[in-house]
Amino acid sequence: MNTYLRCCLAFLLLGSVACGGGNSESASAPAPAAAVADPVNPETAGGLKGSIKLEGTPPAAQTINRRSDPYCEQQGEAKTQNFVVDSGGLENVFVYVKDGLGDMKFPVPTTAVVLDQHGCTYAPRVFGIQAGQPLEILNSDETLHNIHALPMNNREFNRGQALKGLKHTHVFTTAEVMVPFKCDVHNWMNAWVGVLNHPFYAVSGSGGSFDIEKLPPGTYTIEAWHEKLGTQTQMVTIGPKETKEISFTFKL
Amino acid sequence: MRLHLYAVLVALSTAVLIFAGGLVTSTGSGLSVPDWPTTYGWFMFTFPLENMVGGIRFEHTHRLIASTVGFLIVVLAVWLRLAEPRRWVRRLGYVALGAVITQGILGGITVLWFLPDPISIAHASLAQLVFCLTIAIALTTSAGWKRGYSARGPMPDDRILQQIASATTVLVYLQILVGATMRHTDAGLAIPDFPWAFGHLVPPTWDPKIAIHFAHRVGALIVTLFTLATTFHVFYHHRSRPELWRPSALLLTLLTLQITLGALTVLSQKHYIINSLHVVTGASVLATSLVLTLRTRRRSFDKLDGSQAQDPAYGMRPARGHA
Repeated sequence: MNTYLRCCLAFLLLGSVACGGGNSESASAPAPAAAVADPVNPETAGGLKGSIKLEGTPPAAQTINRRSDPYCEQQGEAKTQNFVVDSGGLENVFVYVKDGLGDMKFPVPTTAVVLDQHGCTYAPRVFGIQAGQPLEILNSDETLHNIHALPMNNREFNRGQALKGLKHTHVFTTAEVMVPFKCDVHNWMNAWVGVLNHPFYAVSGSGGSFDIEKLPPGTYTIEAWHEKLGTQTQMVTIGPKETKEISFTFKL
Repeated sequence: MRLHLYAVLVALSTAVLIFAGGLVTSTGSGLSVPDWPTTYGWFMFTFPLENMVGGIRFEHTHRLIASTVGFLIVVLAVWLRLAEPRRWVRRLGYVALGAVITQGILGGITVLWFLPDPISIAHASLAQLVFCLTIAIALTTSAGWKRGYSARGPMPDDRILQQIASATTVLVYLQILVGATMRHTDAGLAIPDFPWAFGHLVPPTWDPKIAIHFAHRVGALIVTLFTLATTFHVFYHHRSRPELWRPSALLLTLLTLQITLGALTVLSQKHYIINSLHVVTGASVLATSLVLTLRTRRRSFDKLDGSQAQDPAYGMRPARGHA
């Protein structure tokens, strides 16, 4: 949108003051994804399993001061989640195929990925989605949230959700790892989404484990991303029907 | 007199607005209300108080104060139109009105466009000009200004003082622009120590954020030198003129406070109250320097006033028929 149009839009908004609103929201309807045949042959597809390890002692989780919103405070004590470690395994690490798929096109799921604002935190904190797949952002709290995405390659948006149950659907059009989300009302709320053109990604869970299935045979660059520790990459070759195990070790 | 008192009230409320704006930036709440001019779909003044939570408290309060100040300036402009005989003072009212409307639109645009640095910096910079305009109106509607500060003889026409005071005011404004750029580009802690820069007099490494932060520190030094030159000149040459040494003394005091707050902003890791006080004290330094500058040039305004300056009822009569 050029500057002139933006100015016109701003002036029009200035003159259109709504009264007594707050309970309506228009969701941007997801554009229908073009039908693409799945290029993965299930007869030869393999997989990738592994775990994320953390060396060193992470900083202790801090109690978040949530007094600025009585509702959030009533939800109980919340702690920072920058480092979620279970038996030496690091959770919330986004693992994905960064390179090696060539020009393959993959079907885009029509089922929405849900990002919930619940208990004044985002759930999930780290997740993946395919470009073109709908993202449903839900407010499950009885307080106001704004969902503010700060992408570099996609369109930035900032939507207010004043009431419990409000949903906003958004579609990322371009692959981008990672797109941060924040709530400017509650400055402790952060989430990240990895937007990809393929379905080969996972987020490390309990014990730092992850699992990427139905990966076609080939040689790939696998990247692991953590919100504080950055990225690591590995090359891996998957043979027909082979499930390979790899591990990443982040050091503090 | 009532018009002057009202103008002072408007200037004070503008200072409060600048502090509230500083709180919005300092707490990172600028986008906590994503829509504008509505607030989460509500008309601004009907937004429920119980929804004033988190960052909304700062952003929505800033909008409410801004609307109030805008209304006060509308009244001021109308009042000047009706009661002020000097055309140039009435024009100050119109300019203030235009500036505050522009300021409101800039504030809205910066929210709708996700706080682009140039718009946010323009919003912060225009706020200072609105404040200066209200200060200038308050000053020029005062009884002392109208009398030409003649109780102790004619106001001196000290060219040197006029020049250094004007230069100080311009430099303070430029310093505020650099400060606004530093705030809105998140460079406030680019140099994390004070008074040193990474333990050195000059930063050993450079990037754009370090450069803008260091420019603000150098700017503070330059402003200090000019302020000292201005105030010492006043104390040495015009000690008998309270209309000059009082703002000079205040300027020096405010500058000392401002430098202290600047240091504390860094040392406290940008505590939002200290940071916001730094913003509003900077505005106060600018306003005080402007008052001093205008007073040093008081005699040149006689030409603008024309024959009205000789009128015993100067400033007392309705404007109609005086244009």
